[in-house]
Amino acid sequence: MQIACFTRSTPDTAAKVWVDDDGAVSWGDVATVVNPWDEYALEETIAQAQASGASSTVLAIGTALHDDALKHSIAMGLQQARRIEASEAAARDSLIWSALAASAIDKLGDVSVVFFGKESIDVASDAHSFQLARRLGWTMLSYVSRIVELDLAGASIVVERTVEQGKQVLSAQLPAVITVLKGINEPRYPNFLGIRKAARAKIPVWSAADLGLELPAPGTESIAYHNPPPRSGQSEIIAGADLQETVEVLAQALQKEKVL
Amino acid sequence: MKLFVWIETYNGGAVPSSWEALGAAQELASAGKAEVTALVFGARAREIAQEARGYGAQRAIICEDDSLQQYSLESYAALLSRLVTEQRPQAVLAVATTRGRELLASSAVDCACGILSESLALRLEGGRIVATRQAYAGKVLQDISALSMTSFITIRSRAFPAGTASTAALAVDLALPARDAAPPPRVLEFRPAESQVSLSDAAIIVSGGRGMANNPAPAPSDLSGEDAAIWKAQQGFQQTLAPLAQLLGAALGASRAAVDAGYIDYEHQVGQTGKAVSPDLYIACGISGAIQHQAGMRNSKVIVAINKDAAAPIFQLARYGIVGDLYEVVPALRAALEQQLQG
Repeated sequence: MQIACFTRSTPDTAAKVWVDDDGAVSWGDVATVVNPWDEYALEETIAQAQASGASSTVLAIGTALHDDALKHSIAMGLQQARRIEASEAAARDSLIWSALAASAIDKLGDVSVVFFGKESIDVASDAHSFQLARRLGWTMLSYVSRIVELDLAGASIVVERTVEQGKQVLSAQLPAVITVLKGINEPRYPNFLGIRKAARAKIPVWSAADLGLELPAPGTESIAYHNPPPRSGQSEIIAGADLQETVEVLAQALQKEKVL
Repeated sequence: MKLFVWIETYNGGAVPSSWEALGAAQELASAGKAEVTALVFGARAREIAQEARGYGAQRAIICEDDSLQQYSLESYAALLSRLVTEQRPQAVLAVATTRGRELLASSAVDCACGILSESLALRLEGGRIVATRQAYAGKVLQDISALSMTSFITIRSRAFPAGTASTAALAVDLALPARDAAPPPRVLEFRPAESQVSLSDAAIIVSGGRGMANNPAPAPSDLSGEDAAIWKAQQGFQQTLAPLAQLLGAALGASRAAVDAGYIDYEHQVGQTGKAVSPDLYIACGISGAIQHQAGMRNSKVIVAINKDAAAPIFQLARYGIVGDLYEVVPALRAALEQQLQG
């Protein structure tokens, strides 16, 4: 039995990201990190695998850039890692991504649960996780804030989801694809042993051919990236004679802006 | 050109942000001569379809079958995919709510079509739809287009105005449900959300950051250090920010620093690992404005910053700033606004 998780390397959360003169997205020489939402998925994979006696596997799809995220995952405690080779453009297209992911899960064989973070900040989307569930024909459980019960042998799961209207407790059949929210757990920091293990790890790479997959046509074409326009209008520090005057000036300004 | 709009429903009524998806479709329709069709599944679909006419629907396809009374991803996606395969619209639009996201992504893969997620703007270019959306946690923008016959498009809540009423009578078609093999998950329990105003839909957001810990109210004597700071900040959210939010009908937001420090629940987090929001008014209290936070709120129309530190980066983003202690400024601002709103 395996519990699996997908991750990817994204620019450090504090990094400035911009579009350079050639139209390429750049973050200079700032290091990449594990996609911030994935930390919760990785932690949940480790914890649930330990609790249920399953093994844990982490996968990434893309170029060697994503080996960093896989090594971090091993350092956290994931037992095995695999990278599926794909160009960055292919890895950003959710139809191609999900086809590769579904084939990789099939090849792993005995996976019961696949965890995802809520979304990937680079593509700023979660479409790929839903599309993987659909391609596999598995149960989709999105926006999960708590695993109430996981029974791999009985192929059943109970989760709590947090959606706009409130919190819902659901029971469903495995296998399942699950996206988890921040707050579901407290992700651990890699310890010394984990870091050493990760440094020595050789990550097996699978190609589409290894998976016996003919890539589908891409669903989208990225036309251009651009920098967001600067915020229009100037900034104004309001400083009246006293606090009373200051807040009154602000209240009037907000009334004029018609935002109240 | 045919445009489908999924009208999200809940408890027998339309989710109001769905009218924005009709508005987005109307924008595309006026640029390229198209018919806007509302798709309404579940309880009271016929009445909700008539309501959708008030926001621009010219046609409706409804299905009130028992299997669709309650939303389930499996049964809704199966029907949506069948309708798209049969009728080949140029686009399917929905708001990027939790349901809108999963439904359109699932159906897009059924139909082998491209999905343009969380679009902020749409335009027609040589007959194809181009979406502008955020990437890299909102730090850059991307123009993207689908290569398939049908573009599946989710729109960011509050990015488009609600549609305007259609003049003609609504043509209504009935659809039969599509059967999906997999049994959907079973709901065992439901607890409704406490707050009535969701961050994504809020016109006004009052938000607090690390500065919330500077509450002058004395913490109980058995608390010290970090525990005392948490107590003070929690009190500050409840006693100082919540009353202002209540007066303005606003949602309560928070920075990641405040959430990670335990000052307030994660559901309130705005920014890179929280929600991306675009209210008319964003009042940032005791928030320094780290790049991760800016990514989630820079689309706000008017930003007000209240912070002790005149050098805080949030002031560069803000239309109006007050340099001062939020625990003095916010109550005074609340009183001034209350007087103004009454007068």
